[in-house]
Amino acid sequence: MPELQLKQLYDGFRDPDTINELARQIKHLASQLTEPVYMMEVCGGHTHTIMKYGLPQLLPDNIHFIHGPGCPVCIMPKERIDQAAALASIDDVILVTLGDMIRVPGSQGSLAQFRAKGCDIRPVYQPLDALKIAQENPAKTVVFFAIGFETSTPMTAVLLEQAEKLGLDNLLFHINHVLVPPAIDAVMADPDTKVNAFIGPSHVSVITGSKIYQPTVDKYATPVVISGFEPVDVMQSILAIVKQKVAGRSELENQYQRAVSEQGNLVAQQKVDHFFEVRDSFRWRGLGPIPQSSLKLRAQYAHRDAEIRFAERLPVKEIDDHKACQCGDILRGKANPKDCKVFGRGCTPQTPLGSCMVSSEGACNAYYRYAGVE
Amino acid sequence: MCLSIPSQVVELHDDGNVTVDTMGVKRTVSCHLLDEALEIGDYVLIHIGFVMNKIDKAAALESLELYKEIVEKLEAEENA
Amino acid sequence: MAKPTQIQLSHGGGGREMAELIGKLFFDAFDNPILRKEEDAAALNLNGATAFTTDSFTVAPLFFQGGNIGKLAIAGTVNDLAMMGAEPQYLSCGFIIEEGFELEQLKTIVNSMAAELQKSGAKIVCGDTKVVPKGCADGLFINTTGVGRIVKPGISVSAIQPGDAVILSRDIGRHGAAILTAREGLELDSELTSDCATLWPVVERLIAANLDIHAMRDATRGGIAAVLNEWSKAANVGIDIEEKNIPVCDEVRGVCELYGFEPWDLANEGTFVIALPQQAAEAAVEIMLRFCGCQDATIIGTVSDAHAGKVVLQSPWGSKRYLELPQGELLPRIC
Repeated sequence: MPELQLKQLYDGFRDPDTINELARQIKHLASQLTEPVYMMEVCGGHTHTIMKYGLPQLLPDNIHFIHGPGCPVCIMPKERIDQAAALASIDDVILVTLGDMIRVPGSQGSLAQFRAKGCDIRPVYQPLDALKIAQENPAKTVVFFAIGFETSTPMTAVLLEQAEKLGLDNLLFHINHVLVPPAIDAVMADPDTKVNAFIGPSHVSVITGSKIYQPTVDKYATPVVISGFEPVDVMQSILAIVKQKVAGRSELENQYQRAVSEQGNLVAQQKVDHFFEVRDSFRWRGLGPIPQSSLKLRAQYAHRDAEIRFAERLPVKEIDDHKACQCGDILRGKANPKDCKVFGRGCTPQTPLGSCMVSSEGACNAYYRYAGVE
Repeated sequence: MCLSIPSQVVELHDDGNVTVDTMGVKRTVSCHLLDEALEIGDYVLIHIGFVMNKIDKAAALESLELYKEIVEKLEAEENA
Repeated sequence: MAKPTQIQLSHGGGGREMAELIGKLFFDAFDNPILRKEEDAAALNLNGATAFTTDSFTVAPLFFQGGNIGKLAIAGTVNDLAMMGAEPQYLSCGFIIEEGFELEQLKTIVNSMAAELQKSGAKIVCGDTKVVPKGCADGLFINTTGVGRIVKPGISVSAIQPGDAVILSRDIGRHGAAILTAREGLELDSELTSDCATLWPVVERLIAANLDIHAMRDATRGGIAAVLNEWSKAANVGIDIEEKNIPVCDEVRGVCELYGFEPWDLANEGTFVIALPQQAAEAAVEIMLRFCGCQDATIIGTVSDAHAGKVVLQSPWGSKRYLELPQGELLPRIC
């Protein structure tokens, strides 16, 4: 077997000739489709790839992308951001969060704005950086504002594990980890949804294994193809979906064989299970409350739960998006960003009114920046 | 957010962490989420400072081989 | 008493310590007759059209692979003059130094400035030194202001025409990526060096070749994405760029993969873009290729009259997208 080079893991999966050939095969096969394909990529990383590489321009008219609720920054309801800001406003609290989070406005402003006002808010690239911050500031309370889907939850679990092991009593957590399958259910629960196929997330699946999507396939009779992040991966996955549709099949397929197994990363799953349990309900920006769709700390770790420690200080008022905002319909595939009255007018990437405009992984944001170029 | 990138293991450390190379940029990442030992030369996926898993070299090569074939087939058709 | 090895507040006090610092360190390094006169202001003889520019440098960390704040402070201002077709002549230099700053480091930085001045022949003819109490600055800030005789008039964004070729002088993103890898906390290690360099020598040759240069700009903060967007808006033209023609080195690609950046958003400090008529483009590239730091010079696109005000990036498989202005907090303090 030839030796694999690191560069091939990038360039091989971005190869223009391969992309073009897959596009040709998709077009050829799509002529046999009896109904249009509306495929949802659940993961925001896929949305980013699809828009960055201009993949919709390579597809025939009867294949559509529906950009799903897969960006953890976008789906964070404003009240949770308000809570982060409230925590950061407490004397002697240092709020630590992953970089993406600090630009997103809550009802009182973004964390970046609170930082400018003098709050100690530190964006980090990796959760374990919070350990060092807690060690260097023993007189302060460090709160890790934890965000992310199944991909990022195990990393918060390791941070918890280390904090326990080191006896770092000043490191607390505000947990906002969310789950993919309940979000899929929320989309499919709408009788008017157009979604009839899924591109399964790459790195969520690395952790969870492909097995978590079997219920989706069984319940909704839709193809689910787990796909890698690169453009060739996505194009190959689309081809697989079209093949299933043409043959009248609905199956779980794994295009991302090089990284995703059926069982996933068991160490990660076990650590997540040790520290977290499922919340009864969590409000998703754009989709509203979804039962059993997020995690919280288990009772035995209540001493690290900032939501408990600072309960009286945290605002609980639910903040809805602008009335005209159509993110809910867009996330369910019922509306196009351009159908929305505030799109590009009141609602822009600089001043997002709804979840889909918040980050580059959101559908409206991507449309705002990339559409109209053809 | 779920950005995760292929990198190659270039150094093993006593504490179980590893140094990985991403196209000439090296950094040390945590192996807390792995139950198998890594070896120098292994390819891994990195997410926010952690190794998420080992990339299956054989599966990656198999995909690359498939892509090569479909492109070659196309070229052969075009030249025919 | 042993001489202090760190900058003291007294070094900025206007007395003997300050005179010594200026005399020993700055005058020796930047030595020239105008500076040596020590008047309240330098007396210059300027004739004809003159370019005039200023820039402040606050880069953190002060030392990075491929340069330091001193080299940057000279190259940055000299390059701004060169981009206007002006021969860099005279610079002023203001230092704001934090109390406790290591004198040895200051010497290293000042020597880098002197060495960088050699590359364009520009002279520092006046200056200022302030020392601020510990905690009031991050080590050292430098301001340089420069003037230069415009050798080739008319180089301006307003001269850009549909049909012009767009040339890029080298691979992009090195400075931004090098600063990022040097930052504390990220613990990255690479061989990547900043592109920080004085561009006057190559610009001088391009001007001497009598090429009809329409516009030139060095792609500093905001990278080539910012320059091309500024051009398209200011000249009200469209700019079409072929993604595959933009050179990016492996390490910069690595940094971009790691943090989800785009190389065209990253800062450069010795990389520039030229717009000029297609028929002159090959000749310009040929000249550039002879210069160290421009060995990757290449035509990356063309100016068009479609989609005015927008820059369109074309992928190798034919899809297109707008090349956006970079947004938000990409990298704090890169220059």
